[in-house]
Amino acid sequence: MNKREALKAYYLMRLARSFESRAAEQYTKGRIGGFCHLYSGEEAVAVGATWHLQAEDYVIGAYRDHGYYLVRGGDPKKCMAELFGHQEGCCKGKGGSMHMFDRDINFLGGYAIVAGMCPIAVGLGVAIRLKEEKRVVLCFFGDGATNQGVYHEALNMAALYRLPVVWVCENNFYAIGTSVTRSSAEASMAKKAAAYKMPHFTADGMDFFRMQSVAERAIAHARSGKGPAFIEAVCYRYRGHSMSDPATYRTKEEVEFWKSRDPLPNLRAQIQHDFETGDEEFDEIDERVRKELDEAVKFAEQGSELPPDRRYDDVYA
Amino acid sequence: MPKMSYRDAINQALHEEMERDETVIVFGEDVAQYEGSFKVTRGLLQKFGPRRVFDTPISEAAIVGTATGAAMAGLRPVPELMTVNFAYLAMDQICNHLAVMRYMFGGQCTFPVTIRMPGGGGHQLGSQHSHSLEVHFVHTPGLKVVYPAWPEDAKALLKASIRDDNPVIFLEHEGLYNFEGEVPDGIEAARIGEAKVLRPGKDASIVAYGAMAHVALEAAALLAKEKIDAEVIDLRSLRPWDKQAVAESVARTHHAVIVEECPPMCGIAAEVAATLAEMVFDELDSPPARVSGADVPLPYARELEQACIPHAGNVVEAVRRSLNA
Repeated sequence: MNKREALKAYYLMRLARSFESRAAEQYTKGRIGGFCHLYSGEEAVAVGATWHLQAEDYVIGAYRDHGYYLVRGGDPKKCMAELFGHQEGCCKGKGGSMHMFDRDINFLGGYAIVAGMCPIAVGLGVAIRLKEEKRVVLCFFGDGATNQGVYHEALNMAALYRLPVVWVCENNFYAIGTSVTRSSAEASMAKKAAAYKMPHFTADGMDFFRMQSVAERAIAHARSGKGPAFIEAVCYRYRGHSMSDPATYRTKEEVEFWKSRDPLPNLRAQIQHDFETGDEEFDEIDERVRKELDEAVKFAEQGSELPPDRRYDDVYA
Repeated sequence: MPKMSYRDAINQALHEEMERDETVIVFGEDVAQYEGSFKVTRGLLQKFGPRRVFDTPISEAAIVGTATGAAMAGLRPVPELMTVNFAYLAMDQICNHLAVMRYMFGGQCTFPVTIRMPGGGGHQLGSQHSHSLEVHFVHTPGLKVVYPAWPEDAKALLKASIRDDNPVIFLEHEGLYNFEGEVPDGIEAARIGEAKVLRPGKDASIVAYGAMAHVALEAAALLAKEKIDAEVIDLRSLRPWDKQAVAESVARTHHAVIVEECPPMCGIAAEVAATLAEMVFDELDSPPARVSGADVPLPYARELEQACIPHAGNVVEAVRRSLNA
């Protein structure tokens, strides 16, 4: 990886992190309603896992999805507008925070049922196989999702049919307030996946370089036609499960430990060390992100919801 | 005109649509090598190969999710759930994913999925294998639901369902698979949402669907002996359903009896009755009557089970009661 590419990774992570801070602000001001699940802390997983994807590859995930949408090239203006429920949003305000979607960048959603999109990833794989395409599917989900029945159905089918799916489990140790040790008899997500006979990796989800290196191997495996692969990305969310969660189930010490492993300053330090980069280039990126997000908020503020007579649109084709 | 069974009519529709459109795929439990637990998918694997016709594990939720994902990526999936009873295992995928995704994502995709499911009771299969679940799907915006009663309609409606760009629940009745009827050569795809008058009449309108359409016709023949001339309407489509045709019929006959195999509470008959009250209240000379399956999980014992399913005699009684009201 060269300096330009490393800085691009930093930019994407910065964009995701700062977007979530803006979303939190706007939510507190009452401009965003319903549920809002923020990705802060997990940026290295999204950027690292998608780093070696092609434009035609499919990405799908659960409801903590602003980060996926943005790192795949989604427009922050359309993302913020969607959060505001405005028709200028990527889903015309019909989806909201949990249901970002953009056909143009092959980001196929944003789902509220923790493992509900796993069999959908299988279906995408079936289509890829029938059409003899070279695409892969990246499917993101959390540790909690690995206990839903349909998760097991999906992993089994993808392996059985040798489909080009890369399963990425973001193990941030908590499903709302329930820790992994209180919910999973087998606490290793990778071991659970191993039962379905696929290559399984555990990656440091707080480190971009390590994450993209593991993902590169998993993606290559899936793309070669040998079948699915599984990555357990060990990571941490800095905020609560959602804007309504004060996360009192985590100790201050635990949160501080993980903050010391913040992927953003760590990537910055790595780049500054490896490529002898000064502060100015990072300041430029931070400034660029700040401007993009100012625009995104302004764009969202200036928009409006679909009028009530449009509520029947798009039920049927 | 060629005569064929309801089963063969469905099988023909599958063959023809798979021939016509290479994006149509069929999958489910035992549909490929075994040719279907009811033999409905006979010959498909042989003709179209294992990429387009394949067996799945016992994973109903994933079967539906696979169809949803494949549709999103440009295929036209026609999965089978072995019986409608097993749809309960897939309800989240059907009603909380497939049905809502077009709307939720602002119209960015279409989901041309047809889920075939045989259902109904009357064969001593017990409480977990004898449900009529149409109302669950009819209640769900984003889905279309059809339920043919005749081989001709089974073929034409399946062709239409497969060609429809929306999720369609294609219900079949297990008891009708061997029923033979005329199917015109080269029959075209039907229009979803159209009912059919099976027997014109002037004294009362009997509205039914699925296996009950046959029961309704039987009842009309019995009523004719009593000089009561009943009009029998087969709904064929349940969502959307042909409100106009049914209202028009009841406006002429002034009496409505609706027959359904499912239990009465919030059933199809309740929907039809409420709609008739809205549309033709002034034309009704009696309240719309419902002849429904018993409000119980179905039992195994033969006679006991039969007592839980509407028979022609029940329908005749209901018509008489309406006329004497």
